[in-house]
Amino acid sequence: MNAKVLLLLILFPMQTMAQGFAGLGTTAGDFATPSRETLLEFPADHGAHPAYRIEWWYLTANLTGQDGTPYGLQWTLFRSALAPHDGQGWDTPQLWMGHAAVTTPTQHFVAERLARGGIGQAGVAAVPFAAWIDDWSMKGVDFDHLRLTASGSDFAYDVGLVAQGPLVLHGDRGFSVKSAAGQASHYYSQPSFAVAGTLTLPEGAVSVVGTAWLDREWSSQPLAADQTGWDWFSLSFDSGEKVMGFVLRGDRDFAAATWIASDGRATALPDGAFMAVPLVHHRVAGREVPVAWRVRLPDRAVDVTVTALNPDAWMATSVPYWEGPVTIAGSHHGVGYLEMTGYDN
Amino acid sequence: MNRVMLSALFSHWWRNPMQLFTLLAGLALGTALWSGVQAINAEARASYDTAAATLGSGRYAQITARQGSISKLDYVALRRAGWDVSPVIEGRLGPVRIVGIDPLTAPAGIGPVPLGEGFDLTAFFGTGQVFAQAETLARLPKTGVPGIVAPDVAPNTAITDIGVAQRLLGRAGQIDRLLVGPEPSLTRRPLGEVAPGLVQSPPQAGNDVARLTDSFHLNLTAFGLLSFAVGLFIVHGAIGLAFEQRRPVVRTLRALGAPLGRLIVLMATELLVLALVAGAFGVALGYGVAAALLPDVAATLRGLYGADVAGQLGFRAEWWLSGMGMALAGTAVAAAGALRSLARMPLLAGVQTRALGMAWRGVGLGRLSVGLLALAGALAVWGQGLVAGFAMLGALLIGGALALPGLLAVVLRWAGSRARGPVAQWFWADTQAQLPGRSLALMALLLAMAANVGVSTMVSSFRLTFTGFLDQRLASELYVNADDAPQARMIRTIAEAQGAVVLPILSVDHELAGMPAEIYGARDHATYRDNWRFLRSVPGAWDALARGEGVLVNEQLFRRAGLDLGAAVPVAQGVTLPVLGVYGDYGNPVGQVVVNAAVFARTFPDVVALRFGLRVDPADVAALRAALRLGATVADTAMVDQAAIKALSLAVFERTFTITTALNVLTLAVAGFAILMSLLTLAVMRLPQLAPVWALGLTRGWLAGLDLARAVVLAALTGALALPLGLALAWALLAVVNVEAFGWRLPMYVFPLDYLRLAVFALLAAGIAAAWPAWQLSRLQPVRLLGVFRHER
Repeated sequence: MNAKVLLLLILFPMQTMAQGFAGLGTTAGDFATPSRETLLEFPADHGAHPAYRIEWWYLTANLTGQDGTPYGLQWTLFRSALAPHDGQGWDTPQLWMGHAAVTTPTQHFVAERLARGGIGQAGVAAVPFAAWIDDWSMKGVDFDHLRLTASGSDFAYDVGLVAQGPLVLHGDRGFSVKSAAGQASHYYSQPSFAVAGTLTLPEGAVSVVGTAWLDREWSSQPLAADQTGWDWFSLSFDSGEKVMGFVLRGDRDFAAATWIASDGRATALPDGAFMAVPLVHHRVAGREVPVAWRVRLPDRAVDVTVTALNPDAWMATSVPYWEGPVTIAGSHHGVGYLEMTGYDN
Repeated sequence: MNRVMLSALFSHWWRNPMQLFTLLAGLALGTALWSGVQAINAEARASYDTAAATLGSGRYAQITARQGSISKLDYVALRRAGWDVSPVIEGRLGPVRIVGIDPLTAPAGIGPVPLGEGFDLTAFFGTGQVFAQAETLARLPKTGVPGIVAPDVAPNTAITDIGVAQRLLGRAGQIDRLLVGPEPSLTRRPLGEVAPGLVQSPPQAGNDVARLTDSFHLNLTAFGLLSFAVGLFIVHGAIGLAFEQRRPVVRTLRALGAPLGRLIVLMATELLVLALVAGAFGVALGYGVAAALLPDVAATLRGLYGADVAGQLGFRAEWWLSGMGMALAGTAVAAAGALRSLARMPLLAGVQTRALGMAWRGVGLGRLSVGLLALAGALAVWGQGLVAGFAMLGALLIGGALALPGLLAVVLRWAGSRARGPVAQWFWADTQAQLPGRSLALMALLLAMAANVGVSTMVSSFRLTFTGFLDQRLASELYVNADDAPQARMIRTIAEAQGAVVLPILSVDHELAGMPAEIYGARDHATYRDNWRFLRSVPGAWDALARGEGVLVNEQLFRRAGLDLGAAVPVAQGVTLPVLGVYGDYGNPVGQVVVNAAVFARTFPDVVALRFGLRVDPADVAALRAALRLGATVADTAMVDQAAIKALSLAVFERTFTITTALNVLTLAVAGFAILMSLLTLAVMRLPQLAPVWALGLTRGWLAGLDLARAVVLAALTGALALPLGLALAWALLAVVNVEAFGWRLPMYVFPLDYLRLAVFALLAAGIAAAWPAWQLSRLQPVRLLGVFRHER
């Protein structure tokens, strides 16, 4: 038995263990639980929250090369705690996992890193902001000006990010409810980074520009036990408006969304306001995954088709999932990112 | 018809159960020793493979520090520079090897952590868990860390998280080596830029332990093969006798119309069945032998080479099949001649051709033997490579064995010509007449004794050389490892205050002549002059070394790089020094160069000594240890005293001797059995020769006594011939096979007392084997002797 696989099975147990996708439905135990009363404070909350069981720094970008070729980019750092405290040295209970990917219309490059905290191999500092694992990092003087690097065995990227608008707090001032039973997380985003930099692909270096969306979320039990996966959308319309919406699949689906006006003002939308229906399924890694969706927000007159740039954007990592850039057509036009988890084979 | 023919053929075995027993027992014994040795080897190799899989050696490139251990900072710096490296720390806790890994970064397949119910990751990373086989957990000293039974972990090895291992071994923050995984970042920075103190070495083809222990397994295999050969002699004798005696039956069957072809097929089938039965017995017996010897072998391997081998025997198809295969092949070889002569037998041939045939064969064997011995000599002089070495061994042994009947005949003729009196003359003449019937058993005895002399000479030479080598290398009374430079300074200060002479051990890893090598800096001190012995050297080598005018190299480097005294060795960029001397460095796979400490300091100014040999009055060792423990916080595990190492090494050799003695006794027993069987079969055939002597007035008791004496005399003569053959065998093993296989030559020592003891054992074996037939002769009913005169022959 490969230790690494074993580790992840335990770290992020699968649906078969009836604890929701990736163990996110495990009960909180001694860990801190998100509360509606907790107000987010910056820049401190850009850093890690070791008292919570799980946390992530999740960046996706829609990019364009000089020849007009569309690209997608992902940089994610996950933190998973075995105990609700930090520690120095090898026996810290804080474990880290990094995922990086570059998607082209025909190719999808993926890399993964695992590390423990406490020895300097991975971690996050709030001021000046730095998040890193091995040779991958996202850091800058503050949260609005960041440099992002990652490298796999067959690809690398190095891009700069400059925030174009304010942070967006999801749900109730950053308290985001995830199920009818009340499971929740703390959740905020920086949805409007301008990006410029270089992708290194087997064909050579590619200069790119575009936009990026950074999600920050932490919790101790974000999912209910019956919730087995989710479909998450971040959509940026050409009008400057954006929407973040997700559907948590369970005995009864739970959907929530945030509408972001072009000036950055955010409005939380209640369960049921965001509707997503699969249109086309694609077979990837032995599973049937929906790669085209009809997304509707009747209140906002949105009725669009969301289509994957590359339907094979499968993240063949220890915990596998689908994550890739999408294009939007219909009542609105634009680009975005789609993440789909919990699709069993 | 087949059934009738089979029952006719089988009736021979019913009438001669002893012959059947001889055949089965000879084959079973030979197979038992062969498959027993194979079982031990297979078990050991499987253990090495598991260990290699557990530790990733052989599959992944490794990064080590030029000096001391790797720091956590260097490890993290490499990870952050895009290196896919994973840390490993190893050490011993009591008898158990502790391996600490980082499961998060370890390459796939390293560290088999079982996926069981209730596996607790929090515990694995936090208070810690130790994964090991149940017997290893039982041996592990009390650590306070919970043990988890994991059958897939290598024997005598316990795997745990690196943080836990560092704590258990008292080596906080230290890393021994980094495994380099298969997926580095595209943007990885060069090693020399990130961590200049570290060096990368490519994955080693075949792992170190397997290479180191090869010689040991080679010896065991040789032993097994010899025993099998001895067993084959027995089988050959039994089959030959049975076929001779069945000639009348065969003649009758053919006269009755049985086709020859079918007869041969039936007899071959009969042998096949017997071989399968004996092979199965042999393999089962071999399992018993292996199970009895394995704990000693495992302890020996652990002590000698640090190789961990399971103390319990698994049942492996490979040696089971190899044992059966050997039994079948051996029977085929032993029976080929008998079947061929049966096929050629004229329909009306009588029984009496036997003695003549034997005599003719004797002449042929003599020629063959001379040819084989000449071949062995030629191979010794001109042969190249390991295969030639083994061919030489084979030619030597078979040639020696085949020469035996001829040489014995010469000696017996000479003795007969000098004999006075009728009884003495009859004794020698009768002994000579019996020679053809006994020569196979005597050849078996010769082989067994030669093998014993050869192997025990080799093992004892190895022991003498190795203990001498330990004296040379472990001249200091206490060895201390420091964690870092400040602690090293403390150790020096404290040791010197206690009146100890401090000999810093300075070394860097290097590559010379395309092989990994270590360069050592040695301070000019009587310790080295008094204890180190050269294989070859220029006059005044130590003085020249002290003046920094040259280097010493170990034998491995000397042979592999084709160096000679005075040849230039590139020690570093711009530093090339001539070879002053060559020293033996037994068991070390890498090359070694010794330079003067001053030259070393000039050439490698960054290297500080973290290891020290301390010369101190043996009575003060305990006090010095205590002072270092208190004053410089040196962990007990970082201090090794010489007496303890030597005691350990000697204990290991005692184990080796247990194994050698056990194998010696077993082969001698097989040979003794061969003698017994040959005498029993001869006893009946000899009645026509004995009856006239008895009739002339020699009593049965006298005759029995003479028979006993004859057995001992023949054994003594055989023993006298076995000694030179055994010494030649030992020489071939030490000076030819060992050099070809491992690059170093073991000096040969002779052990006359051991040989004397062996000779006594051999005479005893022969005497005991002859005792029963002699006793039977002394109780023989006179009517049977009288019958000789009445019967028509």
